[in-house]
Amino acid sequence: MTGLIATVGLMPHDHSEHPHALLPPDPALRVKALETILTGKGLITPGALDEIIDTYQNRIGPQNGADVVARAWSDADFRLALLKDATPVVADLGYYGRQGEHMVVVENTPEQHNMVVCTLCSCYPWPLLGIPPGWYKSDAYRARAVREPRKVLADFGVTLPRGTAVRVWDSTAEVRYLVLPMRPEGSEGLGREDLARLVTRDSMIGTGLALAPGGGA
Amino acid sequence: MNTAPEPVFSQPWHAQVFALTVYLNEAGHFDWPDWAARFSTTLKAHGLTRELDGGEDYFNAWLETLESLLTELGQTSPDQVEQMRKAWEAAYLATPHGDVVRLGT
Repeated sequence: MTGLIATVGLMPHDHSEHPHALLPPDPALRVKALETILTGKGLITPGALDEIIDTYQNRIGPQNGADVVARAWSDADFRLALLKDATPVVADLGYYGRQGEHMVVVENTPEQHNMVVCTLCSCYPWPLLGIPPGWYKSDAYRARAVREPRKVLADFGVTLPRGTAVRVWDSTAEVRYLVLPMRPEGSEGLGREDLARLVTRDSMIGTGLALAPGGGA
Repeated sequence: MNTAPEPVFSQPWHAQVFALTVYLNEAGHFDWPDWAARFSTTLKAHGLTRELDGGEDYFNAWLETLESLLTELGQTSPDQVEQMRKAWEAAYLATPHGDVVRLGT
């Protein structure tokens, strides 16, 4: 069989130590095996997987969600439409779910803080936030977010006023939640791009708050 | 606050198995709720013996789910995958360091 190639040597290291190409770990070889078999059957178009990887590595990420949040903070009509039915509103901005999922935006208020988890596996609003961080996929977060959300928030350095209730939303394959964080004090007068910089990934999962303007990192 | 971006995928094969699954879903071989249900079952089974950290073990569960789904769909068989894995392993071991690894040459 020809034409099936792989490049190696992704990590800089001393070439003299390896007489042969660096052997990838077992699961990596199993993935290559699947790819080879499916490519041979004509099920995979060469280059298609690289394009998907490029999309998720470079084009889709929390910056998309931050754009949506900044728009909601600066445009009352947009905010209302977003809260009513987010899927078509974000699709208009080019953020749509490739897995056919429905997007729901839940708004933080002084009365209620929202937090998102997926107890099933790791469902997440990919088009708006990209690939979830490791902790979102961990058993610890998935179990504790529902059982003791305030303790989890404390682990993330978030302490809410006593009067603020915490509501936890469990994502599924069909419904993915995005938290609309509260607009930070002192952000009046900021333009949309400056506002978007205050919106962290965690603030849209509900394990963080939006940054204060000029607060530094 | 740490604002340094984390890599989206910590290992190249994590990205590969993710993209392969998304591609096959988009090509209509299975729907996403079905995938999520199967993946959830694998995660649960793995989580019974130890606490999963959401990293390497997460993608190991992902790969196991994809392998069994493809077997069920009749697209691959465990023997075929194992043979092809061995072929790749042999190709890596037979390729001088720095050269492009080719299968079956």
